[in-house]
This record gives sequence, C-alpha cells and structure tokens, in this order.
Amino acid sequence: MTKKTKLLLGGGLIVAALAYLINSGIREAAVYYITPSELKAKGGTVTDRSLRLGGMVVPGSLHWEPKTLKLTFRLTDGKEEVAVEHTGSPPDLFKEGAGAVVEGKCTADGPFQSSMIMAKHSEEYTPPKNGEGSAQHIHQTVAKPQLTP
Amino acid sequence: MVKAPDPMSGQSVERTIAVLTVVGLAAGLYSAFVYAPADAVQGEVQRLMYLHVPLILISYLAFFVVFVASLLYLWRRQSWYDAVAHSSAEIGVLFTALSIAIGSIWGRPTWGAWWTWDARLTTTAILLLVFLGYLMLRTLVDDPSRGATFCAVLGILGFLDIPIIHMSVVWWRTLHQPASMLRPGPSAVAPDMQVALYANLVAFGLLYAYLLIKRLQIEGAREELLRLQMELLG
Repeated sequence: MTKKTKLLLGGGLIVAALAYLINSGIREAAVYYITPSELKAKGGTVTDRSLRLGGMVVPGSLHWEPKTLKLTFRLTDGKEEVAVEHTGSPPDLFKEGAGAVVEGKCTADGPFQSSMIMAKHSEEYTPPKNGEGSAQHIHQTVAKPQLTP
Repeated sequence: MVKAPDPMSGQSVERTIAVLTVVGLAAGLYSAFVYAPADAVQGEVQRLMYLHVPLILISYLAFFVVFVASLLYLWRRQSWYDAVAHSSAEIGVLFTALSIAIGSIWGRPTWGAWWTWDARLTTTAILLLVFLGYLMLRTLVDDPSRGATFCAVLGILGFLDIPIIHMSVVWWRTLHQPASMLRPGPSAVAPDMQVALYANLVAFGLLYAYLLIKRLQIEGAREELLRLQMELLG
C-alpha cells in the first residue's frame, strides 16, 4: 500500500467519522437526557430502546441492599419523580440531593431499570470548610458505598 | 517564503521562553499539587483540572492562531502564514488530545464514565477530528499552494467549532458541568485554586509559544533545504 492510499484511507475514515458524529452524535447529544416530567408525559410508552434520564436524587429516597447490590432511588426535576432501580455500585459523587444521569429502560409498571449511573457535579470548586473532613474518603467508597449517612 | 529570523535576537528570545517555560511548568506543578487545596466534593482527583483546563484553553488559542493565520494566508498568499497555521494546528491537536485523555481519566472516578456522548464531549471530539483531517489534507494534496488554500479554508471552518463547544453546556443538556471561569459573574473556583489554574495556563501558554517557535524553525529549515536543492539541480 502506498503512502497516498494509506493517507486517503485515513482521511476517508476521518471524514466518515465526522459525518457520523455530526449526523447522529449531535442530534443525540442535543437531547442527552430527558427529565422525569418528559418521561411521564410520554405516557408510559415502554420501548426496548434504552434512554437517558436525568434529574436530582430525591433526598431520603436512596436505598442500598449490600447483599444483592440493589440500589433504588427516585429522580426528580422538581415536578415529577421517577423511581429507578440499579444493580451495582454507583460512582463516587452519586448522592442524595445531587444530580445524576441514568441509562436504561422503562419497564411496564416497575421502576426505571438503570444499567449505568453517571453523577453530575457542579462547576464550583472549593476547599473543604473548617471542621469538615477532606473528601479523600470518597475514593474508598467504590468497593463499599456508604450511601445512607 | 519563510522569513529568516535574525539569528542573534531570535536565539535569545527562544532561550528566554525556554527558561520561562521550564520555570512556569515547575511552578504550575507545585501550585497544582501542593499550593492548591483538595476539592471539598471531589477530593484529590479534582487536581486534574489544572491540566485539563489549561490544555484545552491553550488549544483554543492554538486554533485561533490557525484561524487568523489562515485568513491572512488567503488574503496575502504568503507561505509564512501557512507555516504558522500548520505549526499551530499540530500543537493544538496535541493539546486537545491530551486534554480529552485527562478529562477521561477525571471523568471515570467522578462521573462514573470514561466517555459519554453529551454535547460538550461530542463537539470537542469533532474539533479533534477536524484538525486531524486538516493535518492529513495537507499531505494529501500534491501542489503545496493548493494544499495550503484548502487547509486555510478548513482551518477557518474548524475554528468555528470552538464557540459551539463553549456554548454547548448552555445550549444543550450535558453531563459536563458548565464553565467555571469563562462565565458571566464571579468565578466558581476558590481563589487558591484559581492561582493554580492561572499558573498552569501561563505555563502551557509558554510551552505553546516555545513549541511554535521550534516548529517554525523546522519549517524554515525545510524551505531552505528545498531552495538549496533547486539551486543545485538547476
């Protein structure tokens, strides 16, 4: 293969990747997640397509079953709440009162079945206040989340 | 024709920038790892911000230089502008790729994902791909002046992605948080952390300047070589 063919192949790959990204990526990224209100408005249409649901973890709704690794909580956008069920440990920054995006499927009458949890964090960065412990402990929670304070 | 810089003054400027870059990077590392406090929410891993943010901001600068140099090339048709655009694009691609890699490492423990297709990440991936394509396009076109013209157009178009990247967190729902510093109102970063951010921003700015000078020297040497070859072959 000559240098020119290699370059053409590489260039073609980049153009194809760009076209794909701009066509499907941007459209999907524009509606990165739907809110609990939007999910409710869809009227419980259960599809096999997985979707992303974003909102705040309702304080007091978080339950963790250490034996089965079952994690349940509710997500809210301030108007509607959606119950979510997940198996496995969540990311470090996932906690009550914080933003989260879950990927998964709607079930007929049960909770939203999440296959992936992503924690949103704010754009604010500050050192811990006096008297507060440092945040070092959060990186030890991967193995055993201490979700209920 | 690449302008041959005055050897004496050029060298001393270059040496000054080299020294400042080394000092700046050392100060940047110190401020990031020792001076700045750990974040209240994220802990030590938040220190990745001091690399992630300066790298992407300097790559914006690099692509802005591509933008301006490309416009000047299309206007004046002097190969020096094309050399500046190409050199700056190479550094921009390197810094963007590094910033994405570091962002990915930061995202795994905090978000819980190495990568996700939200608008901020997608538009940044597009920026990287456009300028990778830019670098390839140049080697694809045989006629150098035609290649330079194509690249100038692509460089100008590619730069237009940057305002979209910046606004992506405002226009669309994203996993990526909104801007902490380049935003209306006061900065959302604690003062001690801002010091570390600015120190690294200056350090990477200097590194960019140094790399750009070095890259332009290579370009100058290449033109000189071509000229000598032409002379010898008649």
